[in-house]
Amino acid sequence: MLLRIIAASAALMLGPAFAMAQGAKPNDAQIAHIAYTADQIDIGAAKLALQKSKNKEVRAFAQDMVRDHTAVNQKALALLKKLNVKPEDNDTSKSLSQQAKATAASLKKLNGAAFDKAYADNEVEYHKTVNGALENTLIPSANNPELKELLQTGLKIFQGHQQHADQVAKSL
Amino acid sequence: MATKLWGVAAAALALATLPAAAETISVNVDKLSYTPAEVSAHVGDTIEWVNGDFLAHTATARNKEWDVMIMRNKTGRITLKHGGNLEYYCRFHPNMTGRISVAE
Repeated sequence: MLLRIIAASAALMLGPAFAMAQGAKPNDAQIAHIAYTADQIDIGAAKLALQKSKNKEVRAFAQDMVRDHTAVNQKALALLKKLNVKPEDNDTSKSLSQQAKATAASLKKLNGAAFDKAYADNEVEYHKTVNGALENTLIPSANNPELKELLQTGLKIFQGHQQHADQVAKSL
Repeated sequence: MATKLWGVAAAALALATLPAAAETISVNVDKLSYTPAEVSAHVGDTIEWVNGDFLAHTATARNKEWDVMIMRNKTGRITLKHGGNLEYYCRFHPNMTGRISVAE
């Protein structure tokens, strides 16, 4: 029960960060920074899981996250270079990073099956939140068609991750 | 002359009774979709997935019969061993699904 509360609160913490982005329409440079930050956060969580978890399913999932989010970020950075857009730090990115630190801190306190469950549950909620932000804020706000297209592909990738995370969480 | 004729006739007969030559059917993997998502094939045909995405995918049979890795910008293939309706998905992105109808 305590675990569930920790996992739920870790996931909930991510909510307000994206809610801020809905108030003001972010520009392409800010969108790029938010998307990049969101990717880096998931890579960080996966690396923590690879340090801590011994569960085969959890480790395989974490490896998938590192590989996919790294590939997305490489693609995004190449596109930004081509478009000559410099990612612009903003309040949404800052608040995402802060909350990710808090989530990582609570995950670090857990071990074994408790860690696995909290990590998997958080991955479900995190991808759900990111996907909501992509769908409702980032994709509609993006100006450049190539950036919009990459975000749309990103949404499909992360919807896949959400389903995969859900399968892993249910298997634990 | 007569022998030759017999030879041609025998060859023609053999061809007529042979099953159709095995085909390779291509499925594109692009932007998190298998295209076409449904293909019809025969036993002995090869399905070839051509990954145009910047990510690795898999084609994994729901019944766990096969699990094909399709690295980015690479192809993966299987040869169909028996008939039936085969459903498959990507292990990394389970929102990607496809189907192969295999005729005996």
